[in-house]
Amino acid sequence: MVDHEMWGSTPARGRTDRLVAAVVWLAATVVTAVFLWILADLLRHGAGQISWTFLTAAPASAGRAGGIGPILVSTAWILAVCLAVALPLGLGTAVLLAELTSAEDAFGRLVRRSLDVLAGVPSIVFGLFGNALFCVYLGLGFSILSGGLTLACMVLPILIRSAEEGLRAVPDEYRLGGAALGLSRGKILLHLLLPAAVPGLIVGVVLGFGRAIAETAALIFTSGYVDRMPGSVHDSGRALSIHIYDLGVNIPGGETNAYATALVLVAILLLTNTAASLLGDRLRGRHAES
Amino acid sequence: MKNAHPLVQTEALGLHYGRKPAFLDVSLAVPRGAITAVIGPSGCGKSSFLACINRLSDLLPRCRVEGSVRIGETEVFDPGTDVVALRRRVGMIFQKPNPFPLSIRRNLELPLKEHGMRGRAERDAVIERTLTDVGLWQEVHDRLDASALGLSGGQQQRLCLARALALEPEVVLLDEPCSALDPISSGVVEDLIVSLRGRYTVVVVTHNLAQARRIADRVAFFWVQDGAGRLIEEGEADQVFGDPRDELTAAYVGGARG
Ligand SMILES: Nc1ncnc2c1ncn2[C@@H]1O[C@H](COP(=O)(O)OP(=O)(O)O)[C@@H](O)[C@H]1O
Ligand SMILES: [Mg+2]
Repeated sequence: MVDHEMWGSTPARGRTDRLVAAVVWLAATVVTAVFLWILADLLRHGAGQISWTFLTAAPASAGRAGGIGPILVSTAWILAVCLAVALPLGLGTAVLLAELTSAEDAFGRLVRRSLDVLAGVPSIVFGLFGNALFCVYLGLGFSILSGGLTLACMVLPILIRSAEEGLRAVPDEYRLGGAALGLSRGKILLHLLLPAAVPGLIVGVVLGFGRAIAETAALIFTSGYVDRMPGSVHDSGRALSIHIYDLGVNIPGGETNAYATALVLVAILLLTNTAASLLGDRLRGRHAES
Repeated sequence: MKNAHPLVQTEALGLHYGRKPAFLDVSLAVPRGAITAVIGPSGCGKSSFLACINRLSDLLPRCRVEGSVRIGETEVFDPGTDVVALRRRVGMIFQKPNPFPLSIRRNLELPLKEHGMRGRAERDAVIERTLTDVGLWQEVHDRLDASALGLSGGQQQRLCLARALALEPEVVLLDEPCSALDPISSGVVEDLIVSLRGRYTVVVVTHNLAQARRIADRVAFFWVQDGAGRLIEEGEADQVFGDPRDELTAAYVGGARG
């Protein structure tokens, strides 16, 4: 029960409460307004440009004309490589951290500390690192593979931490109850812990996906900016964000298509976020039912 | 009842969490087929004691066990002991009902599959039989595929009991199985525990002295002395309640003697 004496509303306290409420509302409104403003700006400058042809055609005249077909394809490939590598690695590490090491364990602490540092490293550093490791040392050159692998390194910390938190949020009753029935660790993980951790994992994937699709600096030195349709993951490919950057900064008269491309990028982000949260709700519902 | 055929026997058993002992030096013989109640104030190591019998203590953080537990011919803490097989022989019910967030059927199927029951028809027969045994079949037979979390607390606890019994254990450990339930469900679960007598060797921790008196054949009384739980007195229920040998026991069961 709330102690009414303690929370009693003297006039001064009432004023403070109202002030706090006002500040909170203001902050929320500002954040929403900024987002809507950006969206409106993108729509105003870019919406007229969007068409099926724009989405499928190759860029012409350095991107001033034509569309973004190959760029969409390259982006999809880069993200696919990134997630294909980062998901299993991230999930494995999260299981190691949450289930096999205790909170005080020295090794676990070391891994967690490294991840926190890694999460704060600027993406340009990932770009240089990815260039040195994947493009040069491993001989993958400027390629979709190099870009995807570099992005995987970048989103791993986010994925791992969300999955780990998801696993740690699963109540111990399930672990103890499962063990008391003679279930093996693997079965407990597979049937009880992972399904319960799925919502956390989805949050991680959405955050990681968002960071990856918006990435420019890490890709310039790794996947490159060739705007042709890629033939395989060994070809260089230009991601959406790099296309926007190039049109906006280097190509006079590229602004309209830069806006249109940015609009496509934001639309993809919104779509994936919505899809992921719907999927999360459904999985959670199904998990509870079946 | 004579304690001539103990199935579970502990010898100088103790358990520590880090440096702190939970209970020390417990030597107790649990007779086969009988109901043994463990009573005592909270914090005296009753749950920790149960956790030693099925080695759930392995999962408790910073926990160390000394002494020995024997079940039949098996040394529970022998490094060569197959823990999965042990936990199949020793079922456990927790204070808070803990059905998995799966369907009623999956809750029962999962452990059966793990222990090698491959045939679907065979599993279905076991599921029907154990649910009938705990009086749940009539209530749930038409919604086996609905979530177990949709059941009431009492039904959930009975499902957990069915889940444990489906593995045909020899020993059933119950840690305050009624204390999270309403009085009616509590009565239903209590009757079920009584129905286990003879078929299973039952060790039940309970706070409820009246309940211990109603259902137990033997009673073990724990109490905290010098910062650790100890077994103060153990014997036939009638003797412990009616004619306790120790002053501490007399004082503790005084309320129940009425
Ligand atoms: N996981 C744990 N870590 C550290 N101390 C614990 C843990 N579980 C129980 N204890 C301590 O061990 C003692 C015995 O606890 P427990 O076995 O739960 O007693 P009971 O079941 O009789 O209430 C208590 O003092 C309790 O605080
Ligand atoms: Mg307890």
